Amino acid sequence: MARRSLQLDEHGRLRHFLAIEGLGRELLTEILDTAESFVGVTAQAVKKVPLLRGKTVVNLFFEASTRTRTTFELAAKRLSADVLNLNIPASATVKGETLLDTLHNLEAMHCDMFVVRHADSGAAHFIARHVRSGTSVINAGDGRHEHPTQALLDAFTIRRAKGGFGHLVVAIVGDILHSRVARSQIHALTTLGVPEVRVVAPRTLLPAEVERLGVHVHHDLREGLRGADVVIALRLQHERMQGAFLPSEHEYFQLYGLREEHLAVAKPDCIVMHPGPINRGVEMASSVADGPRSVILQQVSHGIAVRMAVMALAMGATHRREATREVGTKGERA
Amino acid sequence: MRLLIRGARVVDPSQDLDGVQDLYLAEGRVAALGQPPEGFVPDRVVEARGWVACPGLVDLRVHLREPGQEHKGTIASETRAAAAGGITTVCTFADYDPVVDTPAVADLIRHRADSAGYCRVAVVGALTQGLDGERLSEMGALRAAGCVGVGNARRPLANALVLRRAMEYAATHGLTVFLCPEDPHLRNRGCAHEGQVATRLGLPGIPEAAETAAVAQALALVQQTGVRAHLGPLSTARAVRMVARARYDGLPVTADVTAHHLHLTEMDLGEFDARCHVEPPLRTERDRDGLRYGLVEGTLGAVSSDHQPHEPDAKLAPFPATAPGLSGVETLLSLMLRLVEEEVLALSEAVARLTCGPAEILGLAGSGIGSLRPGAPADLCLFDPAARWTVRPEALRSRGRHTPFDGWELPGRVVLTLLAGRPVHQDPRALPEPL
Repeated sequence: MARRSLQLDEHGRLRHFLAIEGLGRELLTEILDTAESFVGVTAQAVKKVPLLRGKTVVNLFFEASTRTRTTFELAAKRLSADVLNLNIPASATVKGETLLDTLHNLEAMHCDMFVVRHADSGAAHFIARHVRSGTSVINAGDGRHEHPTQALLDAFTIRRAKGGFGHLVVAIVGDILHSRVARSQIHALTTLGVPEVRVVAPRTLLPAEVERLGVHVHHDLREGLRGADVVIALRLQHERMQGAFLPSEHEYFQLYGLREEHLAVAKPDCIVMHPGPINRGVEMASSVADGPRSVILQQVSHGIAVRMAVMALAMGATHRREATREVGTKGERA
Repeated sequence: MRLLIRGARVVDPSQDLDGVQDLYLAEGRVAALGQPPEGFVPDRVVEARGWVACPGLVDLRVHLREPGQEHKGTIASETRAAAAGGITTVCTFADYDPVVDTPAVADLIRHRADSAGYCRVAVVGALTQGLDGERLSEMGALRAAGCVGVGNARRPLANALVLRRAMEYAATHGLTVFLCPEDPHLRNRGCAHEGQVATRLGLPGIPEAAETAAVAQALALVQQTGVRAHLGPLSTARAVRMVARARYDGLPVTADVTAHHLHLTEMDLGEFDARCHVEPPLRTERDRDGLRYGLVEGTLGAVSSDHQPHEPDAKLAPFPATAPGLSGVETLLSLMLRLVEEEVLALSEAVARLTCGPAEILGLAGSGIGSLRPGAPADLCLFDPAARWTVRPEALRSRGRHTPFDGWELPGRVVLTLLAGRPVHQDPRALPEPL
């Protein structure tokens, strides 16, 4: 399969990290285990391991982002890499310089890794096809396609809270159509063995034939949440009111916003997640976001460990053992 | 030059002809079939045993890029590529810069094509001024300048009222209206069929209804106005059924399909393969089968290449940002022969969709285009049906090198193309002596 050969080398190890789709359970588990070994690093007084010492990581963001870029930056720095942040507004590439020009200019500066966010689906694949061999590309979100590190940090958070995946019901609520996070989550969760992944949304926010991704489709929030172990709310962009996707944020909150009373039908120990940033009073009530079921802030801190793991593995397969030795903790399998 | 093509299997659906016959050409026209005309002494004889001789192909959709986009191709480069594909008549639409909304631009294109000398070029003039979708073009003048019809290329019309008036005005001048049926609002910013592949890849989708809604509107207005209309290229099975029904009801409607829609589906997008970024989008397997069915039953009277050459950079971007379109003139015949090989349709039916079918749609059948009947122009495609070749983009003669058929092994190689009896393409491996 073409996808395998682009992301993985001949030994099945990560060369780029572009999409969850096409990656096997073993590899995803290896990333989660490696991330587990890095959690200790972030708690130390000296929060650094020398795995990427002397390497240069470029955060290449063609679309604004604070949280994702910051956690990638911290992850790279904790691996001792030099980090360059480039925020390139879409207008710059429109005016003459193509994406490839930008890329080749940066390659001339001998960078080792590109962390890429771009508004077009397929941008990370495109860049991965055109970089020099030996340069790794990490997808930090491409259009509506995938946001694989976000999905893995969600999986990591779920594994820590629930101890595994094999018995879970996970409900993803909200704008599936425009969400790269949802696509990656669906692939990650089904690959890791979650027996029932549900999507809950009005028809306007569901892509065509979404059930072919292996999910159960619900339009009613209560039905979608019944018996759920994990509820993930997705961010709703304000511009969805303009494209005739929804009548109003008010009605969305009434029908799909997470409130305590909805969660009553979920499992008593159900956790609530959100990729952030939250629109309080739209995707969920503040009482839910700040309540006992919420693991939203843990997601953010896990983001650093998971991104460290992805970067380390993409830069070389031997790093994991080194990492665990340096840190002195052992990856715990849940 | 007097030419005898000896021993070829002559396939000419315009005369219901399929059999080994000698073909006599003189003074740029077909002189006779079977028996030589009195006193015929050929200057040259082409021994064509084992090869197929058919009328020069007529391709309904070829973008020549000139004037306006010479960095993608020129009239000379693209008509030469077409001749290499066995094509002797190309039809082109009005989306040039300047737009073909005045006789001057139509004349310019035809004049340059004449000087290049590889192909006849039929021009479909603009339906609205500047293709703006609002103001009618001067169709009387365009018709006088020889335009075979009017259309708005792939640009939308402002509303159904403009379409109605444009149809009525075109009907006044006896012009066929060529429509690329796509509702611009339903299409929105889509770049791939709205289905499982677009969902998986996160590509903005173009729903089936973008095509069927536009076909329904066009058919209703054809009924209302009585204009002769041509719809295409169609990409959905449902649209084919709608056109079939309309034709059954007696509406003056024709339709075409591209060769790539007969072979490829959304699955071929694979991992963001920009060579499969085409308009209308590649759809489902069910659609592809429906298109093949429509081709066999005759609802789709022509197969076109929808040739759109691009410079290399046009496809060097993330999928949604790439330019749609592929280079198709050099694979058109072989892709149809592959359908014959797959027993989708007979050779004579395949040839019909490439010759007399499109010639009739363009209103050129009367002048003998798409036919080898005596007196018709000696536009001829001679090909070796047994030869196989592998598509290599770098070997294409078109300036555009983007083809999703890269690496496909296809049947059929063009040995000789004649335009009015003059060789415009010759394969030196098969015919070493230049004619």
